[in-house]
Amino acid sequence: MFNFDAIIKSLSEVGSTILVVLLIVVILELFLYLLLVRWLKVKNSLVYMLISPAIIGLLVLQVYPLVWEGYISMTNMSLSHFFNFNFIGLKNYVRVFTEPVLKQVTFFPLFWRTILWTGINVAFHVIGGMILALLLNRDMKLRGLYRMIIVIPWALPQVVAAMAWRGEFNFEYGWINIMLKAIGLQPVQWLTSPTPNFAAMCIVNIWLGIPFMTVILLGGLQSISGEFYEAAEMDGANNWQKFWGITLPLMQPIMSPAIILGTVWTFNTFNISFFINQYELESSDILVTALFRAAFQYNRYGFSAAFAFVIFFILLIYSVFYARATGALKGVKD
Amino acid sequence: MTTSNASVNTSKPIKKRKTNFFRANRGDSNFKRLVIHLILIFYCVISIYPLLRIFSVSLRPGNRVLSTDLSIIPPDATLENYEKVIYEQGLFQWIWNSLAVTITTAIIGVIIAATSAYAFSRYKFKGRTTLLIYLLTTQMIPTAMLMVPLYILAIKLNLVGTYRGLVIAYSVTSVPFSIWILKGYYDTIPTELEEAAIIDGASPLEAFWKIILPLSTPALAITFLFNFSQAWNEFLIARVILGSNESILTWPLGLNRLMGQYLVQWGQYNAGAILVSLPVMILFLAMSKYMISGLTLGSVKG
Repeated sequence: MFNFDAIIKSLSEVGSTILVVLLIVVILELFLYLLLVRWLKVKNSLVYMLISPAIIGLLVLQVYPLVWEGYISMTNMSLSHFFNFNFIGLKNYVRVFTEPVLKQVTFFPLFWRTILWTGINVAFHVIGGMILALLLNRDMKLRGLYRMIIVIPWALPQVVAAMAWRGEFNFEYGWINIMLKAIGLQPVQWLTSPTPNFAAMCIVNIWLGIPFMTVILLGGLQSISGEFYEAAEMDGANNWQKFWGITLPLMQPIMSPAIILGTVWTFNTFNISFFINQYELESSDILVTALFRAAFQYNRYGFSAAFAFVIFFILLIYSVFYARATGALKGVKD
Repeated sequence: MTTSNASVNTSKPIKKRKTNFFRANRGDSNFKRLVIHLILIFYCVISIYPLLRIFSVSLRPGNRVLSTDLSIIPPDATLENYEKVIYEQGLFQWIWNSLAVTITTAIIGVIIAATSAYAFSRYKFKGRTTLLIYLLTTQMIPTAMLMVPLYILAIKLNLVGTYRGLVIAYSVTSVPFSIWILKGYYDTIPTELEEAAIIDGASPLEAFWKIILPLSTPALAITFLFNFSQAWNEFLIARVILGSNESILTWPLGLNRLMGQYLVQWGQYNAGAILVSLPVMILFLAMSKYMISGLTLGSVKG
């Protein structure tokens, strides 16, 4: 059941890691104290001492790898050129758009599929979440129980959910096909044919994502004061008008960040596509899983670094436009 | 069916505020109520059925794992799969490995985020806005994007197949989000409290340590949980950094190994999934209210 050697080893490894991190932080703070407080006598020195561990951690583990990745993206690094790689300029970026990313599939089919994937999922998350939130936002029996059960898919670890669903898409023994047969329909080849496989990915991700939206939107609905609706009723508004005229506009500050975050998360969802796509159908890959395969199955490091930057810029452009359009980032300036 | 207009209002005069709150159902007919309950019950079934299914498969005896039976508790239910996954597959070893990595990274992450969030909340300094926007931007970096350089760096620094590499890779990934949550929470604590302490002769650091930190315990707990659950459920980085070193697999890698064997271990996989998920789910459901307020504080309030 337990391997005690392994336990001792892991404890010592983890312990020494903590010690090393602590030591680095202490030395850093001491250095900053001497430099800023004693020597330069900077006014706000406490600020720099407070933020330096986070900033330096991010610089070393996020910014530096990214900058380095930028450099790799301009080399021909791969498994066969791991140490003796050459600088080849922007060729990799051209290749991302002109050559197959994996064996056959090229960039643009992957791109459109990812857009389709993100669009379908976010639309279902927001609409489904809104419907459930509106239904739950009323005084009724069992409200707490419904809410708790609806949150369950979110609470289940994503890896467990993805792998369990993959098993349930089995042609013969999965409950989905058993139920399809029970109501007289043809069972579907969820795992081996392209379109059903993509549909299976969407089903799982919609199931996983609706609880988050429901809960966020429900929180927003509850913060809307009843007075707005009373005033609207005086003016003779019906439920439909109240929803479009009051609920949606007042929910905007909650919905915009939730939609941005949801879009970015869905765009970057790795686990679902990776696990549901058991037979590595290239027709089910989205950009991030294709990136993983290009890097770790085909070992084209330079190429996949360039590919990674292309994906990142797509996301960045989307977020900047959306944030500008809806003012979702206004809070940052305060 | 008559429309029971304002029945809620008259029967519960004390809950006046609450009825304002739930205005939507003032004039609902019984039929409408029934339909709403039916929709919610239907969705609850959709929500929970896959989980019940995991439970049901985990109870099947080894020779009947592959079956078209749909009952929740199979007629010949047994705990055989649980025994096997614990004693033969080393589930507890995987859980232990995950715990060691996860708790370490969560502690490091929270400490780093707690101090810097304080600076972002209380001080105006050069580059503050830029840094905050940078922290938000990091949310857009796909994990898969950092994989390539982290993997190559890990090879070059000899960190492949060790926890150390994993702890280091994890500990900063959730720092930006943690800073946002904590900053949002610190912003709600009035500055007068610290000012009073500083007039009484405390240093700013003492004020932070003795006043702000104790007041922020809920937010710190949420941040810890976020860090914890993110590392606990992580698959991709672990797979790349730990590789296939048998003795140090985290539980997602271990369970995935069971899945790799062509459905042979399907029952054991499901037993392991239940054992791993139940504690996490109970913790999550108990904390979900606070986690959501933390999320909205961090992402919405700014």
